[in-house]
Amino acid sequence: MNILIAITAVGVLAMLSEILNFRRFLYPISLFVMLVALALTGMEWSHGVRYFNDMLYMDNYAVVFTGIMVVTTLLWFMMNENFLNGNPRQADFTAIISFALGGAMVMAGFSDLIMLFLGVEILSISMYVLAASNKSEPRSNEAGFKYFLMGAFASGFLLFGIALVYGATGSFNLREISEFVSENNTDMSAIFYGGVLMIAAGLAFKVAAAPFHFWAPDVYEGSPTPFTAFMSTVVKTAAFAAFLRLFSTCFSEVSTWWSPVLAIMSALSMLVGSIMALRQTSLKRLLAWSGVANAGYMLMAVVSLNEYSDTALVLYAAAYSIASIGIFTLVSNMTNAGNEEISSLHGFSKVNRFPALVITVLMFSIAGIPPLAGFFGKYAIFAGALKDGFVWLAVVAVLSSAISVFYYLKVVVAMFQPAGREAVQLEFNPGQSLVLGLVLVLVVVLGLVPALITTLI
Amino acid sequence: MTGSILDTIHINNYLILASFLFSVGVMGVLFRRNAIIVFMCIELMLNAVNLLLVAFSTMHSDPGGQVMVFFIMAVAAAEVAVGLAILVMIYRNIGNTDINFLDKLKG
Repeated sequence: MNILIAITAVGVLAMLSEILNFRRFLYPISLFVMLVALALTGMEWSHGVRYFNDMLYMDNYAVVFTGIMVVTTLLWFMMNENFLNGNPRQADFTAIISFALGGAMVMAGFSDLIMLFLGVEILSISMYVLAASNKSEPRSNEAGFKYFLMGAFASGFLLFGIALVYGATGSFNLREISEFVSENNTDMSAIFYGGVLMIAAGLAFKVAAAPFHFWAPDVYEGSPTPFTAFMSTVVKTAAFAAFLRLFSTCFSEVSTWWSPVLAIMSALSMLVGSIMALRQTSLKRLLAWSGVANAGYMLMAVVSLNEYSDTALVLYAAAYSIASIGIFTLVSNMTNAGNEEISSLHGFSKVNRFPALVITVLMFSIAGIPPLAGFFGKYAIFAGALKDGFVWLAVVAVLSSAISVFYYLKVVVAMFQPAGREAVQLEFNPGQSLVLGLVLVLVVVLGLVPALITTLI
Repeated sequence: MTGSILDTIHINNYLILASFLFSVGVMGVLFRRNAIIVFMCIELMLNAVNLLLVAFSTMHSDPGGQVMVFFIMAVAAAEVAVGLAILVMIYRNIGNTDINFLDKLKG
């Protein structure tokens, strides 16, 4: 369990740094320990150890998702060097982010429903605090409050579902539940199905899938941009890792029962997300709606359960997280300049050639244009849906993906237009440029050799 | 299971009571406008789950459900601590705890 120890050690060190007065070393320490956590994650690979009396099972699925999330958090730290260093609340932010990452890791590796609940809550409670962390700004307060309210409401549903599944099967352990289900899958009691649906609803809230998405745009827009970046990458990846893990290990035998419900949710998310994103003028809010649409795509991997859905989800989640982190370096600079409108990007490419190039590539990747990582993620997920007979869902997905090209390219077009009156100067610091460089390399390499990550599972 | 309380009061009654409490909580979250009452309704939802878990735990004679209840209580306390802190902050900024006043974010 060394990864979890390393990750939470960052948080404990951050809190100690305030007491023992070494806050100026906190940033390099946190980068270093994140690298250590990444190395520890690598060492965990292909051992498949069960920790805490089979509460946590670090199989390759968990290891790969943890790896993606640790890399994303590392990139997050690098892109927020200016935000963190010298900030009087640096220690708080570092601590809470690392605890949130700990929760995310638990969500990827849980092997017991108690652990699932704890992971969800560790992650969510940390994010409520961070969303509301801009204390004097009413919009941040509102975002934090809405996130809290919706999150706690969703936890209630998740818990009620867990309680019902426990009542029907007599265990919280994923292995015991799946054994019970495969022995009695013809005569499960009604409360089991109710429980599965309530768990699905609770998790759909957490991943912001329609019709449980309405909190997401407000929360994404109101939260301080660095934390929006974290929410749309690590939190989303963790929630989907948990979603697929639970439904593929425990409930796959009764999939005829829940997959139509999730298929409708997925189609709705893709359509609502894409159509609403079309009419946004603020880049941050556009990314929030595109997050809803992407939740729909990733939900397709859960709907069409087959032996490839975990590799498809890993590829998609990696491509999406990496591209989002890159795009959010741009958004955080726009927030610093005080204007998040897409039109304020006019003339951007003249001043910042390299960032403009990278953002263009990332937008192409997230829109699913070959040969970038996002394309193969989408391809794998769509192919999985077709193979499982969800042709109509794949058609909706392709349609929504075509719509999404419009709004992603809207940003690219804005960057390459001549500067208008309201154009703002954006400056990328070395850390952010490094993040953009790394992200570019990752997106291109994962696009050319997707096997780099898919063979890890 | 001889001598169990579930012989006198069948498990279905617990299930119905818990579902009822949970629904009251859900209705409260959806329809009440005062943030404090919304908090109480969320607590009601969680406590309905606790009741259900304890009943199921007795039914299966398995202590796991009761352990889960302790976890839920601890997490609910942490959650409310964070929620009330956010609420105090909102009250300082806008001088109200009515959630209809939270309308700065739209679109």
